[in-house]
Order: sequence, then C-alpha cells, then structure tokens
Amino acid sequence: MENGKMTQIYIMGKAYDVPTGITIMDAMEYAGYRFTRGAGCRSGFCGACGTVYRKDGEYRLEFALACQEMVEEGMHLTQLPFTPAPRPPYVLDELDPRENVLLQYYPEIARCVSCNTCTKACPQDIEVMDYIQAALRGDLEKVAELSFDCIQCGLCAMRCPADIKHYHVAQMARRLYGVSASPEPEHLKVRLNELREGAYEAQLDELVATDLDGLKARYAERQIEVASEEGS
Amino acid sequence: MNGIPYFPGCSLKDTASGFEDSAFYVMETLGLPLLELDRWNCCGTVYSLTADDLMHHVASVRNFVRVREMGADEVVALCAMCYNTLARVARRIDDDAEARDKINAFMNQEADYEGGVSVVHLLDVLRVRIGDDAIAEATTRPLEGLIVAPYYGCTLVRPKEVSVDDSERPTVMADLFEATGATAVAFPFATECCGTYQVVDRPELSLERSYRVLRSAVGAGANVVATACPLCQHNLEQAQREFGGAEERIGRLTIAYFTEILAAALGAGPERLPEDLRSLLETHVTIEGGA
Amino acid sequence: MSRTRTVPTENLCARVEELSGESVFACYQCGMCSAGCPLTEEMDRLPSQVIRDLQLDDPTLLESNAMWVCASCLACEVRCPKGVDLAKLMEALRQIVLRKSIDNVSLDGMGRETIRKLPQIALVASLRKKTG
Repeated sequence: MENGKMTQIYIMGKAYDVPTGITIMDAMEYAGYRFTRGAGCRSGFCGACGTVYRKDGEYRLEFALACQEMVEEGMHLTQLPFTPAPRPPYVLDELDPRENVLLQYYPEIARCVSCNTCTKACPQDIEVMDYIQAALRGDLEKVAELSFDCIQCGLCAMRCPADIKHYHVAQMARRLYGVSASPEPEHLKVRLNELREGAYEAQLDELVATDLDGLKARYAERQIEVASEEGS
Repeated sequence: MNGIPYFPGCSLKDTASGFEDSAFYVMETLGLPLLELDRWNCCGTVYSLTADDLMHHVASVRNFVRVREMGADEVVALCAMCYNTLARVARRIDDDAEARDKINAFMNQEADYEGGVSVVHLLDVLRVRIGDDAIAEATTRPLEGLIVAPYYGCTLVRPKEVSVDDSERPTVMADLFEATGATAVAFPFATECCGTYQVVDRPELSLERSYRVLRSAVGAGANVVATACPLCQHNLEQAQREFGGAEERIGRLTIAYFTEILAAALGAGPERLPEDLRSLLETHVTIEGGA
Repeated sequence: MSRTRTVPTENLCARVEELSGESVFACYQCGMCSAGCPLTEEMDRLPSQVIRDLQLDDPTLLESNAMWVCASCLACEVRCPKGVDLAKLMEALRQIVLRKSIDNVSLDGMGRETIRKLPQIALVASLRKKTG
C-alpha cells in the first residue's frame, strides 16, 4: 500500500476512493462492504471471489480473483460469488475410466464451439478450451493434467455460450484419473511400510523427549538442501 | 515433410479408433504417413448453413491455423463429417475476406488465418497421390472373394463443391477395392443418408434409413459394406443388430471402414482388423503367404 | 418454466431468405427435392410443400416437424434444377426457433446408455442442429 495515495474504482457502478496498492477484496471492505458470500481463503485457492471488471475507456471484460488482484485507476467491477452449475451425482467406483464418462455425465461438452471464451475468463491461466476438447475425445489424463490449477471459481461456466460446466467436468476427470488411472505412488508405499515396521520410532521418541531449548537448537541447525541449478 | 498433415476429429480417438488405426497402417505402408495436427480441436460438425453465422466456423478456422503452424497448406481428414465441415468452412473463408477478418479479430490470441489451406479426404489422396496401381502393387493379401458395396453416405459427396467424386455415381472406393482384387458392386443406396444425427433422439429414423442401405447392399450381392464415416458405421451396425436376426443376409454382412479393408489387403495382421472382417477373410479369401 | 418464449410467425419468408441467403421464389415446384429426400415419410409436410408454404408466408410452418426430421443430407440441394439450397431454408427455419432458446433436443432426457454407444460426431451434430 502506498501511503496517502488513493485510487478511484467503481464497485457495482458506484465510485469509491480506495488506498492505492491493495487488493479488490480489501478495497471493497475499505469501502464498507461486508463479505457474507464471495470470500473464503483470501489466498487465491478457494475460488469464492470471482470478479469481473473492465477499465475506463476499454470495452473488454477481464476476470480475476478479488483477493489476488490489485485495484487500478478507473476499474469498474462486480462479483460473481456463485455459479448455478448442476453437478450430477456419481459414484467414482462405479465409473469405467475406459469409457467417455465425462461425455455421458456432461453431454453439453459436445456443444463446444472452440471459441476460447472460457480460457480468457480463467484467472488461473488454464487452457480451459484445450481440456474441454480433451474431455470430448475421452482423454482423461490430459483433462486432469491441464486442469490441475483449477480452483472452481466458475467464471468459465458463466461465460460459456454453450453452457458447459468446465470445472465440474475437470473435477470429475481428476477424481476418476486419480482413482483409476494415475500411477501408484510406490515410494509412498515403501515409506508407509517402514513406518508400520517402526523404522522411525526411535527418532520420534528422541524428539518427544527433547526439551524446548533442545528443540530450538535442533531447528536452528537443521539442514537445508539447496535446489540444484537444473531443477530441484 | 515426410507425410501429410492429418486431422483426426473427436470420434477417431476412441469410439472409432479402428478407423484411425487402420488408416495409419495403410499410409505407413504406402509411404505417406499421417502426421497428426498438434492441438487440434473438434471441427464442429455439421457445417452451419445460416448466412450470418461465423461463430460456428471458428472451430474449423482454428484448425487451419494449426495447419499453418505446422508449416503446411493442406490437411487430410478421414471422418467424412469432419472432412465436409472443414472443406466447406475453408471455401467459405477463402471467398469472404470480411468473414475472415471478423473471425481473426475474434480469435485474437491466435495468429491470423489468411486463407488458402486445402482440405482433402483420404480417398482423394489415395486416388491422386498414391494411385490404384500402387495399391495393387502393395497388395499382399489379394481380396478375391470379397464383394464390397462401397457406402458413401452424404457428407463425402454433397454438396458438389466438396465431393470426392461424382455426387450421384461415385466410383473412387470401387476403383480402390478393385485394385486389391476385391469385387466392388454398385447399389442404388450408396449415397443415401444413414439417418446421421437423428440417431441421438430419434433412433427409429436412423434405424430405418440404415436398414434400407443394408438391404440394398445385400440385394446387389455384397458380403462387405465399406464405410468412411464413424456415424455411418455406427448406424449401419445398429441396423444390423436390429434387423440381422430376421434377415440372415443382413446379419452375415461385414461392415467395416474402407481403411480396414484396405489394411487387410496390404497385409495387416488379423489382430489389427475388426472381428467380422477377420472371419470373412478366413472363409472367403485364400491367404497365400499373407501376414 | 419461467417466462414463455414465443417465436414470431410474421414475415417468415423474408426472414428465412435473409437467414439463408436463398431465393425462395426461384422454386417452381418440380418436386425433385421431395423425391430425393430420405425422410419424407416422417414429415408432416414434404420438402417441396415447405418451400411452397414459405412462398405463401404460411404462419403455421413453424409448427411443422419437417425441419426437425431433416437430416441435412443435402440430397435436395444437389438435385434442385433451380439451384435452390433447400437445406439452407430448413436450417433457417430451425434457427428462427432455436435462437429463441427453444431447443428441439433435450440433454436431460438423453440417458447415459445412449451417449455411451454413440460416436461423438452424433452428439456434436445433433446439438448443433437442434439446440440454440
């Protein structure tokens, strides 16, 4: 926040002067709004604060998360705290990953016209159109891979001319992929076995028995691995 | 480029994977492999017919941008419906600079499409670039004993501007099969509609249309019906399931993609072929040293 | 259902000509389109009757099932001796209804079993032609 400087924004059509350098969410609260919906983690992870805005003199709409996006002079904004997207009930274990279950549960995917409006609406820079196309082809892995950063804000579904529920499709894909198709974490199994066999009992007992000063000393002396140049 | 840019379309990746698989085999064997477009999207079949609609052409134009990204100016399609849609959009956009500009402005995150991508169907490539003589030479399992009724359906031959051959009496598939040693028969329903997308909400309509196609094919003495479209294939198979019990000749028919039949002629192992084609080959074709 | 959507039925001919880019009055009622159409038995009006009714601005035309039974097979287009693209006229009639958000096929009633067996192009095409 820059001390003393103010920025003029328009919240649902009404002008407010808010401190420069704060997020849209903070600005709305500064202006006197209390969030009973449309705010959650305030850290860019829960997708509750989907915001649509445009800037003075521009006709194009832009999309962001209120808790992450900084205010700008001449910003005209509104919020979309909820997307009324239907989600058919399913039981993961009863789904066959070899079939195109995404299309069975969300046949509207076939209405995609490849307009890319969803991608433009995504505050997480996900290639939304690409994963919907993958869903149409039955490529479960690709949908799971491309939609990884999705936080279910619903902005894509609100903008889609075909009324597709992108984030529900993607979540189904990720769940199904996780349950039935993603590779087993072998290293995790090994570690769990070691734990069950008590390989770490002695070390844990020692830690529990250490006093506060001892713990502080151990913490200060802990080894930190520096990531190598070519990836960690 | 050692090969030809190839647009699969959604259905060829799962429900009609036999079509793609056999086409890959055929084109590898003939020395002109299919090079799948990177990041292609659904073509948006069927071609939108209203004069003011540009939105429904965007999907196809995006694919043309992908062709250009590959450094190419042509793309081959297998699925007749995809071929038809892409080919019609290509012409529409080539002829109308204003429409092109609008679509480019809308797709502002893509490179502009300047027109000029040519869309061809695999049958055209086989006829013109490979040639029936080369196919005859490459045949290692001659298909004598197969009596093939080539079924074109609608989208391969209509409208005339994008037809792979004469719209009323096409012969391109017949010539292809004759080159492999099979006998091709003409039948009056070769270009009649199978019922297409009506199968979704009015399946009785497509069942009836497809039944007529099959009856016409057996009437001409065929033991195989060759298709070039996943929807024709599906609809004909459904009709066979429905009516094949009561009408034995229809029940005994083999219904396969033209590339699967061609793959058989070019020596594809039986495990690569659909079951009914495999059985037909075993009973009808003398295998002499074939794969 | 919330508000009832209605489709205006006046000036149907002019609206169809604009949407299709075709000249309805070029048709001289030879009947080739009806002869070639594979789905006439399912229609309550023949294709040639549809275009005649358009020429006469028949307001009941939008109640016909002909444009929904039409499979866009283009047999009519390829055979018309006057070069009238009847497929485009059928599309225009469909769009006049669909653009009022009145869909002709319902996704909810479709059933997973149906979708499971279909190649994607069936669904893509059906929704293109019968939903707005």
